[in-house]
Amino acid sequence: MSDSPPTTKLPAQSPPVDPAETEVAGHKASAGTARLSWWHGDGGDGARRNLALIGVLLILFVIGAATRSDLYSNPDWVWANMLSILKLASVVGVVTVGMTFVIIGGGIDLSVGAIVALAGVWCTTVATQSFGAAGMIFTAIVVGMAVGLVNGTLIAYGRLVPFIATLAMLVAARGLAAEISDKQTQISQNSTINGIASNSLLGIPLLVYILAAVVIAGWVLLNRTTFGRRTVAVGGNPEAARLAGINVKLHTVLLYVLSGLCCGIAAIMLTAQATSAQAAMANLYELDAIAAVIIGGTLLSGGRGTIVGSLLGVIIFATITNLFAINGLSTEAQNMVKGGIIVAAVLIQQVQFGSLSQFFRRNNRLTTS
Amino acid sequence: MSETGRPLVEAPADAVAGEVVLRLSDVVKTFPGVRALDGVQLEVRAGEVHCLLGQNGAGKSTLIKVLAGVHRPDSGLVEWRGQPVSFANPQAAMRAGIATIYQELDLVEDLSVAENAFLGHEPRSLGFIRRGHMARRTRQILGRLGHAEIPPGRMVRALPAAGKQVVSMARALSHEARLIIMDEPSAVLAHDEVDNLFRIVRELTAQGIAVIYISHRLEEIREIGDRVTVLKDGRTTAANLPARDTPTRDLVSRMTGRTIEYVFPERSADTTVGEKLLEVDGLTRSGEFADVSLTVAAGEIVGIAGLVGSGRSEVLETIYGARRAESGTVRMAGKALRPGSVGAAVRAGLGMAPEERKSQALLLGEPIYRNVTLATFARYARLGFTDIGKERAEADRIAESLEMRPRDVNRPVRTLSGGNQQKVVVGRWLLGGTRLLLLDEPTRGVDVGARAELYQVIRELAAQGVGVLLVSSEVPEVLGLADRVLVMREGRVVRTAPAAELDESTVLDLVMSGSLMEGAAA
Repeated sequence: MSDSPPTTKLPAQSPPVDPAETEVAGHKASAGTARLSWWHGDGGDGARRNLALIGVLLILFVIGAATRSDLYSNPDWVWANMLSILKLASVVGVVTVGMTFVIIGGGIDLSVGAIVALAGVWCTTVATQSFGAAGMIFTAIVVGMAVGLVNGTLIAYGRLVPFIATLAMLVAARGLAAEISDKQTQISQNSTINGIASNSLLGIPLLVYILAAVVIAGWVLLNRTTFGRRTVAVGGNPEAARLAGINVKLHTVLLYVLSGLCCGIAAIMLTAQATSAQAAMANLYELDAIAAVIIGGTLLSGGRGTIVGSLLGVIIFATITNLFAINGLSTEAQNMVKGGIIVAAVLIQQVQFGSLSQFFRRNNRLTTS
Repeated sequence: MSETGRPLVEAPADAVAGEVVLRLSDVVKTFPGVRALDGVQLEVRAGEVHCLLGQNGAGKSTLIKVLAGVHRPDSGLVEWRGQPVSFANPQAAMRAGIATIYQELDLVEDLSVAENAFLGHEPRSLGFIRRGHMARRTRQILGRLGHAEIPPGRMVRALPAAGKQVVSMARALSHEARLIIMDEPSAVLAHDEVDNLFRIVRELTAQGIAVIYISHRLEEIREIGDRVTVLKDGRTTAANLPARDTPTRDLVSRMTGRTIEYVFPERSADTTVGEKLLEVDGLTRSGEFADVSLTVAAGEIVGIAGLVGSGRSEVLETIYGARRAESGTVRMAGKALRPGSVGAAVRAGLGMAPEERKSQALLLGEPIYRNVTLATFARYARLGFTDIGKERAEADRIAESLEMRPRDVNRPVRTLSGGNQQKVVVGRWLLGGTRLLLLDEPTRGVDVGARAELYQVIRELAAQGVGVLLVSSEVPEVLGLADRVLVMREGRVVRTAPAAELDESTVLDLVMSGSLMEGAAA
């Protein structure tokens, strides 16, 4: 008791907004520790993994060049082909941005394809089309967000498991889409909407601009805003987030609304591409989006992930599809390769998180015992 | 001790009563930042009930896990039936004849009684499980345990707690265990079920099986035990005391005899306590705690002493809004807090460092600064955009003042020691606005040096006018830090007194005699 303990100086209990004090502290910090790189928000670990994904893309490019050297010898064709890959990736890419948020937040959304279909059908009804392009876009986005709101509310406040809630929504939303469209294909008569898919700006398709805008907005939202910080906290340790005063339930709802918003945007893009909408559109988009998120390095258990990784995942899938198409190979073989890539990506993640080394250590112990 | 009835349990053929089956010498096991076992001696004979006694954190659980093959000791010798052993995994310990019945029974709820009893070593023929044979043998074992009424085909989920425990014991017997370790087996049982448990234990020991029995209830140890080994801070402080005749005072003093020096900062001369900050009145959650009332004033440290399960952590979480009170009120600075809302509590100036740091407080993969600002990042943000530079600066300030090591706030929290992780959690609430700090086991898993620093931090916070409500299993910690102490037992506050009027054995008596009285009442 008599020993004098090490003295610790406590910070004064001043309110955080004290300009003089934080000014001083700020200088000290920048002197004490190295400045962060601009991409640090996306996580150094994630950045390394993203480099690996870019490596995969380069390998795919080399494979393409090797198998169809006749096409790849023409730079104009290569540029056009790259744009067509991006165009191919654009719709799923937008859905994947929303999915990335949901998965980092510790959930999953199986209903994205169905939401795209419902939003697409709803915005192409005769009544909606009479309101013009703005009315159609507004409708698609509101429908997407409303369905996301239902998903999120069931999960956060109804305590349904995300898998089950969104699986039920998958079935229900496609059913509603079939009901609204009377199982017919609804043609989009609106040239502005249809032009989104056919028009280009400075030689680059509008769809690619939309994808870029959504990805950039998603990156900023995840890495530079309180919303993104809450997403990581809620997915990484919901109990810690709750005990730190974060409204975990409300945030969970918002994540599904965000996913729904992305689906609404994607519905417009897809409708524009097909110049029509029907209940079966965007089939299995949920699997494409989840697969892209996974190979992009986002943990399925939540709490860690990157938007850039997910984007690269989508582009890798689109590139593989393209590679098979230019070589005239079947989609069946293509799906098998995609499946293999998903497994390989998850195995690589496990190596990075050390579970494989644990696995070896455990085996070692078994053999020495 | 053993009632010599009919031999209900077949003894292992070569078991000799009185022969030493297990001997531990100087066993050491360290985890990052903690020396969980620091030279344990233990000697267990065939046919005896050997009781392990010790406070929370004394190393009992770690010791069990070493014997069960979950952990491997860093050094020291474990001799099992005369041979030095080191179990590679729980299966190896099982095969050697050591069965462990954990407090949280490790049964598969949706399998039948027989399937659980023979889990992992089902009798097989040509790859098919011999279900009939398995059921017969299970029935036989259950009969030996005096529970022939449990149908082997019943789902374990459908059994009451006592029945599940019998199934756990049946599993031990299905392995022909020579040593059965029981971790607080009575904790989940009603009083009449405890008698049945004792009967089973006696039948086991009568057949030469050794039992290591862990309990907080001295009464039980007196009734069922043969010898007692006392652990304190990972060391054996007394071995092989006679369970029946050793005076309670002796046992308690061996459990508490300090081997770690608690270095508490001097109380400042003027312990001026300000106005009342927190007023809790009649707080109740059925099954957890009832009618808890307390106050904490600005600058005051109030400690709650009690065993795990006495409701102390639940009280803290309910005050904080993480649990919703069934009745009673919590007022902060005169204003009632909305029940069940952590957000409201935080806005009113409460902060909490929860019991389980890793699972309840930290984002382990995230950098230190993001963990420090987890409750405040939104305050530094502008229009929803986070100000990472400012967050890092603030976290850096906290890291410096709390002497966090390492100081680099960009490192993931995972890489920190327990003490520094705790500093991150406490530091989170120093970023302004916190007027009342709820600390649940703030020094669990924290090494001695960091403990002293945390004590100093807590004292200084109080000196600055922050109210502190502290829960700890370590009685000296509560007595040394707190101005006022509440003793909790089975969900109720049984004593409130200034810390100066209490000493360690008085508090321990209050905390444990509750269980004594409960046992006597049965």
